[in-house]
Amino acid sequence: MDLLRRISEALQTGSIEKVATLTKQAIEEKVVPRDILDKGLIAGMSVIGDRYKKHEIFLPEVLLAAKAMYAGMDILKPMFLKDEMPTLGRVVIGTVQGDIHDIGKNLVGIMLRGAGFRVIDLGKDVPPERFIEVAKKENAEVIGMSALLTTTMPAMKKVIELVKKEGLNGKVKTIIGGAPVSAEYAQHIGADAYAYDSINAVDCIRGLVQKP
Amino acid sequence: MSIEGKMTNPRPILQFLSNQTIEKIITEARDILCKLGVEVHNEEILSMLHDHGAKVDRAKRRVLLTTEVIDKALKSTPCSFKLYDVLGNETNDFSGYNVHFTPGSAALNILDAKTQDIRKPVTKDYIDYAKIVSQLKNIASQSTAFIPADVHEKISDSYRLYLSLLYCEKPVVTGAFTVDAFDIMKELQIVVRGDEHQLASKPLAIFSCCPTSPLKWSEVTSQNVVDCARFSIPVEFISMPLSGFMAPVTLVGTLVQHTAETISGIVISQLTRPGTPVLYGGSPAVFDVRYETTPMGAIGTQMIDCAHNEIGKYLGIPTQAYISLSDAKMLDAQAGLESSMGATLAALAGINNVSGPGMLDFESCQSLEKLVLDNEICGMVLRLVKGIEPKEDFPALPRFEELLKEQHLLISEHTQKYLKAELYFPGRVIDRANRARWQEEGGLTLLRRAQQEVESLVENYKPTRLSDTAKVELTRLMSREARRCGMPSLPETTV
Repeated sequence: MDLLRRISEALQTGSIEKVATLTKQAIEEKVVPRDILDKGLIAGMSVIGDRYKKHEIFLPEVLLAAKAMYAGMDILKPMFLKDEMPTLGRVVIGTVQGDIHDIGKNLVGIMLRGAGFRVIDLGKDVPPERFIEVAKKENAEVIGMSALLTTTMPAMKKVIELVKKEGLNGKVKTIIGGAPVSAEYAQHIGADAYAYDSINAVDCIRGLVQKP
Repeated sequence: MSIEGKMTNPRPILQFLSNQTIEKIITEARDILCKLGVEVHNEEILSMLHDHGAKVDRAKRRVLLTTEVIDKALKSTPCSFKLYDVLGNETNDFSGYNVHFTPGSAALNILDAKTQDIRKPVTKDYIDYAKIVSQLKNIASQSTAFIPADVHEKISDSYRLYLSLLYCEKPVVTGAFTVDAFDIMKELQIVVRGDEHQLASKPLAIFSCCPTSPLKWSEVTSQNVVDCARFSIPVEFISMPLSGFMAPVTLVGTLVQHTAETISGIVISQLTRPGTPVLYGGSPAVFDVRYETTPMGAIGTQMIDCAHNEIGKYLGIPTQAYISLSDAKMLDAQAGLESSMGATLAALAGINNVSGPGMLDFESCQSLEKLVLDNEICGMVLRLVKGIEPKEDFPALPRFEELLKEQHLLISEHTQKYLKAELYFPGRVIDRANRARWQEEGGLTLLRRAQQEVESLVENYKPTRLSDTAKVELTRLMSREARRCGMPSLPETTV
């Protein structure tokens, strides 16, 4: 549909006001809200993600598109019943205990929201128990952990051990990221995935929630 | 004027010579030209020089210039000129410290994309090259970079120009290998521009004309200088003294010789037609007495290049040099370091036309893979010489308030406005990925990334906007020239 295509295109150029206006117009024209979300906003972000991976656009353009996406989402939200805003999945994210470096983690949050995930950001210096507590409460499918220091990396292992201990293994997937960690480290501590940057995190988490 | 407007910082400039040294070098060079003279193997030019008061020994073909002749020539040499693409748009402004890059010219070999071994280039290679250059943002002009071996050698110079004009819009740095070739090479340019007058007012090509060291002009190159001058076609003088062999071993001694040879070219050009645009250029080299080679990547060679550019600037003439190239045999670390060192020095010295990108192996081998890498080197150094300027940086407080509030400046208006102007982002040939992403994208070596870039550029090429009528006429003229040299038809070309 032409209007949904225009929403997607406006989002791709980071035109915040245009996305908001077009989203309002779509609601007025009785377009199914779920379609506005999937075929307009998320479709646009998907193109952005692909273009970023192909080096055609840079991070700021992705973030601007994400901001435009939020503008559309804010208008769309009242169209859904409470807690029924469609989502690709619920992801609890945070920088692990002892570590206050949250730039990378924040980027992951922005990208995940842009891709259509519900993100519960616990911030920085997050105790292992807090990840579990919130994941349970929010019925999250994924816990994402970030660390910048080699000294705080072991806290990731603690979270994964707690996931097992609490019987969430298989139900809640874990993913790690940050400068000192690697795919090998993820495997070593039993994390389900490792992401090397924010866009890669979206791809990995998409894979995690789709897996049986 | 804003606060920042008053804070213009100097462009970074590299300088080797004091004005006193430059003046001494020029004085000595003039002295050599007047007392020892220059050998010119061209009767017509000998007569012209004689008519202007030079002392000519016809038996030895030696000319002793006079200070009056030299002064007159230097006085009429333009202090700047411009080049225009096939559509007539300005692309190169040879003035001040402006820097433009052009690929190294006239290689005999090409480094094969797959085997990475040398072979003789053919028409398809040249077309691929032109397609690539047309898309390289940091390469201002094309050069007739190598010599296709699948045409008769008599047209191997003009055929390159023909393919260049057919496949790429950028102006061309070229040269004729014979006296006869000039005509067709001029005609091809006139087809693009319309007539001689328009070609003179909007130059499309520069002809490289090389004196022979020490202090000699062959018939062909000197005649090329004269022919170009008659049609106001720009010339770059490529003096090639070899330190320690065909020139004094010292850099200053080599510069004296380079100055004498270049001024002698300027005299021939300016006496033929005062005001002919020229570049004060060169391809000097130190001579490596261990290998009997002329290393273009040697630091001494690069220093002579930068310094002869200073002499050209002192004389008020735009400059050129064969720098930003390498003697390595393949796309290895030596290729990168020599080319980037040369490009950096050249840009800092403000050499107006920098020849070299793509070239390997003592100017004998072009590599398309190296060319796309060198394009990135050029991009980096072009950014370098823009220097550091405040860009709405003062007062700084509001920006930092924004940073603390938003926790990042990735999408701040200031970032959006200046990101791409302030920071140079190289293409995919340069690896900037973290290790995991690099591995996921294939863990490609530089060579492999360059090969992919070459393939992608050839694939994404769009035909030039030169009119079909002009393209047909170019082909008609070139085919006629080929037949004249005994080739019934040209190799197949498809736009």
